[in-house]
Amino acid sequence: MTTITTSTTPRRTLLDVLQKITSTYLLRRLARALFSIWLVATITFFVIRAMPGSAIDILMQDLTAQGVSADDARNQAAALMGIDLDQPIGGQYLDYLNNVIHGDLGHSYRSAGLSVTKMITTVLPWTLFSVGLSLLITFVLGIALGSIMAYKRDTWIDHVLSNLAATLDAVSPYLIGLLAILFFGIIWKLVPIVEMRGAMSSGMKPGFTMAFLADIFKHARVLILVYVLSSIGSWMLQMKSNTVATLGEDYVTVARARGLTDGRILTAYVGRNATLPLFTRLAISVGFVVGGSVLLETLFTYRGVGFLLARSISERDYPVMQGVFLIITASVVIANLLADYVYGWLDPRVRILGGDN
Amino acid sequence: MHNLNDFIGSFWREVAKTFKILSRNKMGLFGFIMVILIILVSFVGPLIWPPELSANVLEINKGSSPAHWLGTDFQGQDNLRKIVNGGKDIVTIALLTGALSMLIAVVVGSFSAFIGGKVDNLLMELVNIWLTIPKFPLLAVLATVLALKDVVMLSVLMAILDWPALARQVRSQVLTLKNREYIEAAMMLDFGTPRIIFRELLPNMMSFVAISTIFEMTHAIYQQTGLVFLGIVPYSSANWGVMISAAERRGVLFNPQAAWSILAPMAAIVLFQLALVSFARSLDEVFNPRLRTSV
Repeated sequence: MTTITTSTTPRRTLLDVLQKITSTYLLRRLARALFSIWLVATITFFVIRAMPGSAIDILMQDLTAQGVSADDARNQAAALMGIDLDQPIGGQYLDYLNNVIHGDLGHSYRSAGLSVTKMITTVLPWTLFSVGLSLLITFVLGIALGSIMAYKRDTWIDHVLSNLAATLDAVSPYLIGLLAILFFGIIWKLVPIVEMRGAMSSGMKPGFTMAFLADIFKHARVLILVYVLSSIGSWMLQMKSNTVATLGEDYVTVARARGLTDGRILTAYVGRNATLPLFTRLAISVGFVVGGSVLLETLFTYRGVGFLLARSISERDYPVMQGVFLIITASVVIANLLADYVYGWLDPRVRILGGDN
Repeated sequence: MHNLNDFIGSFWREVAKTFKILSRNKMGLFGFIMVILIILVSFVGPLIWPPELSANVLEINKGSSPAHWLGTDFQGQDNLRKIVNGGKDIVTIALLTGALSMLIAVVVGSFSAFIGGKVDNLLMELVNIWLTIPKFPLLAVLATVLALKDVVMLSVLMAILDWPALARQVRSQVLTLKNREYIEAAMMLDFGTPRIIFRELLPNMMSFVAISTIFEMTHAIYQQTGLVFLGIVPYSSANWGVMISAAERRGVLFNPQAAWSILAPMAAIVLFQLALVSFARSLDEVFNPRLRTSV
């Protein structure tokens, strides 16, 4: 058993500080998020720079093949990636990290002179809009349908919805996207697929006008539908099992015995407790949806971050590829961090115990 | 010689027993037969019904007909014949990635659960961090830079990226089994961790392992399809993923007549997945004798 000893030395050692960080829920989450971003930045650096036959070697080969002399190719490649090739690898790594921290991700190789940061900031809002709205719809709808399944369990509604959820959960977003285009756009002709390409119609002025909002929604609606369809299955099933488990808890029985209305039990007792664990799933779902955006934005020609990544891959534009990948990961990690904070705020037990499971 | 005969005899008895247990579960039997059939067709089919080498201009993008059950594609080639010839890559990728990632996951996950303490905490913290990184973009970037050419390398890369999620699931399974009496007995007899894991624990979570492996297999198929669509994995051979993306690129999505060329390979993938899942569900009864007697 530990006894409380009053330390005579007021100075705190590094170990104490580290222990403080790991024992505090919010700080630990922050440390984890920073570590993830650092890890990904490091992986990209070594993939782009340090591995044999790495991106920078290929870039130099490409430039030489276009008739640039070997020295020039080396200098150009180094300038595009923002790397000083004369430094030892450790120095290059530090330089690279320093650039990333300052938001300098190098310059595009195919679209000459365009900075990668600029390219990303022009497309990022579209992905944030479409993915964010989809997640919101999925979360709300998934919780609603999941609760219905739990309340009506073993009725025909539950069987239909459960099978639907399991099926949607098993099919990849890419196939759902193809089917959506094929059926909605071509066979049933419900939506004009060709007109919907891009994030907005040409000539449309961005701003908080009804016409603009209607236009961007028109362009994103099928994409959002596909995002929702491809991730709602797992939410519904999870919410159903959480609700069923919560309905069996003693405090629900007590609440019933006290004569509380069904509506109050549903919102304050069952709903809140069953929804809580879903916030940790939100983290995984963000990564899943963003990962899917690479394929879906390409399929729908929706100019967001995923589209940019796919294009840079097909053009072998390494600086853009590296930058977009880093931004995608950073946004997923930050979304995770937010989900963790919201979870800690909603569920005081997590903060006090400091544990994750 | 006598020993060998004995061995073969007992092997067949074991196979017959397994088959008998399987046949009790209708869905399981269906899944099992379908999986075997798809693997057979994918590997033997191309020898009997080799791919068409030339285009057939008169038969482009036709629907289903007695001559072409699943219609024809943008080159006028028979879709069914392309599906028979395009399964080998898909089946190989699925089996390799599934087996490899599960193997790493079982070893790391169960050792982590057994050792516990600091090692376990550190490993699980790393796994949690790994889970927040979006895998598909990472896979796409790595596959591009590494310029992967063959199916085996692709499977290895996917297994390396995917095992941590499985390891976490295996760990939690082992943690629930770890305190059972027979495991405690094995530990007291000092059997050693590897033997306890592979001889005592693994058989008891076999159905879980099988189901997870199968989900990993379908995941691998979809990732491969996605990589083909992005143009990262080369079009060297015509597998189902290549069929989908070739049809998409040839503007099938603007031509309702050609819907067959895209729906047929999709149906093949979904059928394979469905067969695998229903087979896996029934494995519970094969591995768990308690469920068997109650049927």
